[in-house]
Amino acid sequence: MPEIPSIKNSTGEMWMNNVYKSFGPKKVLDGITFTIPSGSFTCLCGPSGCGKTTIMNILAGYLKPDSGECVFDGNMVEGPSTDRLVVFQETTLFQWMTLWNNTLFGPKMQGKDRRATAEKARELINLSGLTGFESKYPRQLSGGMQRRAELIRVLINEPKILLLDEPFRGLDAMTRGIMQEHFIKIFEETGTTMLLITSELEEAIFLGDTVYLLTAMPARIKKEIAINLPRPRTFEHQTTQQFAHLLKEAYEVMEEEALKIF
Amino acid sequence: MSTERAVATPKAKLPSWFSWVRTHRPSTETLITFTTLLIIIVVWNEIARREIVSKIFIPAPMDVLRAVWETSTEGYHGRSIWVHNLDSLERVLIGWVAACILTIPLGFAMGLSSKINAIFDYLIEFYRPLPPLAYYTLLVLWFGIGELSKVLLLFLAAIPPITIGCSQAVKNLSLAVIQAARSLGASSRQIFFKIILPGTMPEIITSIRISLGFTYTVLVAAEIVAATKGIGWLVWDASKFLRSDLIFTGIIIMGLTGVALDAIIRMIARYLLRWKYM
Repeated sequence: MPEIPSIKNSTGEMWMNNVYKSFGPKKVLDGITFTIPSGSFTCLCGPSGCGKTTIMNILAGYLKPDSGECVFDGNMVEGPSTDRLVVFQETTLFQWMTLWNNTLFGPKMQGKDRRATAEKARELINLSGLTGFESKYPRQLSGGMQRRAELIRVLINEPKILLLDEPFRGLDAMTRGIMQEHFIKIFEETGTTMLLITSELEEAIFLGDTVYLLTAMPARIKKEIAINLPRPRTFEHQTTQQFAHLLKEAYEVMEEEALKIF
Repeated sequence: MSTERAVATPKAKLPSWFSWVRTHRPSTETLITFTTLLIIIVVWNEIARREIVSKIFIPAPMDVLRAVWETSTEGYHGRSIWVHNLDSLERVLIGWVAACILTIPLGFAMGLSSKINAIFDYLIEFYRPLPPLAYYTLLVLWFGIGELSKVLLLFLAAIPPITIGCSQAVKNLSLAVIQAARSLGASSRQIFFKIILPGTMPEIITSIRISLGFTYTVLVAAEIVAATKGIGWLVWDASKFLRSDLIFTGIIIMGLTGVALDAIIRMIARYLLRWKYM
């Protein structure tokens, strides 16, 4: 199996300090503070509609906070950058481009060397089991393939941090499980810093090193849980006593918040 | 022990054309369509033959065919009916192409900027429901009865579907798709040409298709007022002499031309949007 060029030595530390954000009279973020250590898999978990995507938009640079700071590698986030790439909850593959052209879109826009990126694209496509589908258009691919394609399109740019906005939403249970393991594999092999936003506790605990639990809107960090499950992580970890214990702990905290919007 | 099995006797060999017919059999729907057409022609022929309705109003199919032949060879008022048809097509296409070139960008601008939308939206919404003949009188008053007023009328008729379609198409584009392109390093210019333009292409094509159809229907109106050529004018002129065979001829040619125009656009669309039809 080909290896992805290692970017373990890159930094990719990110933190938010006391971030507030309102849309008109609606208060969405109410003093968010958390850290994403370099090379870690951090999860933000909150009830649906709690403002998770707003946090994502600020981290990605699409939105500016009303107050507070959002810092990446020691610099304030001013706008979108290829260092911080997003995998969105809806598919954002360009429907009018083949898988190959979707993959190479980033490098082309950044004017990178064609030969080197084509080589890397082939490796990534192979690693994701999509070899042979290069000339297919997105709607010719299955839901799971589209998700993997989206991940490839982002990974080829060697981002320092990957922002995953509910990337498993809408996949059937089996595909979702396989996809989660795929993401774990990519994380463990590349060492890219990752932030996952999700409303599913099991998912957050299964994937993350740290899980931050959010309150219902306006969002605040309610609890931080360190996930001490060993790596490399496999699907069996979900059946351990330890996993069940962590899930119970998180569930008790979240139930109260979920009832608020029930 | 015997291992013999009953060997199926080979079926009688069918003639080779039989399998061809089987694989190339038209669909039931196609057969229904053509049967309907056939029934209409037969009924039409019967009505004309028995003179249930006077021939002044409904000519026989053969009379229409004869009229097609006459107007093709001898012409009508010195021009072959096909040249009349081309004259009309020229007017439609000039008006429509001009509208496409000028208003696709306008539609985009309206979709992207609420301020530009505020300038044009209500103007277009105001004149869109007006019957073109209502303001045609004004155009004739201002620009005379020549080509200019006709082409202008067709141009104006072509605009609303395009601006509405294009501005809506831009608004419908997913924000996440544009954000993704921006994160991947695309400049505003690249986002326009590589994301917005191809992403809205299906709706653009639909809107210009609707626009061409509508423009074509306005054609007769444009040609009725003081023209001396064109298929619309031919129909109108023939009616003054109760030449129903010519009226039928003109209408049928007009209809077929409309169908052909739409087929051409659909063909271009299939090529441009092959990612959608794969």
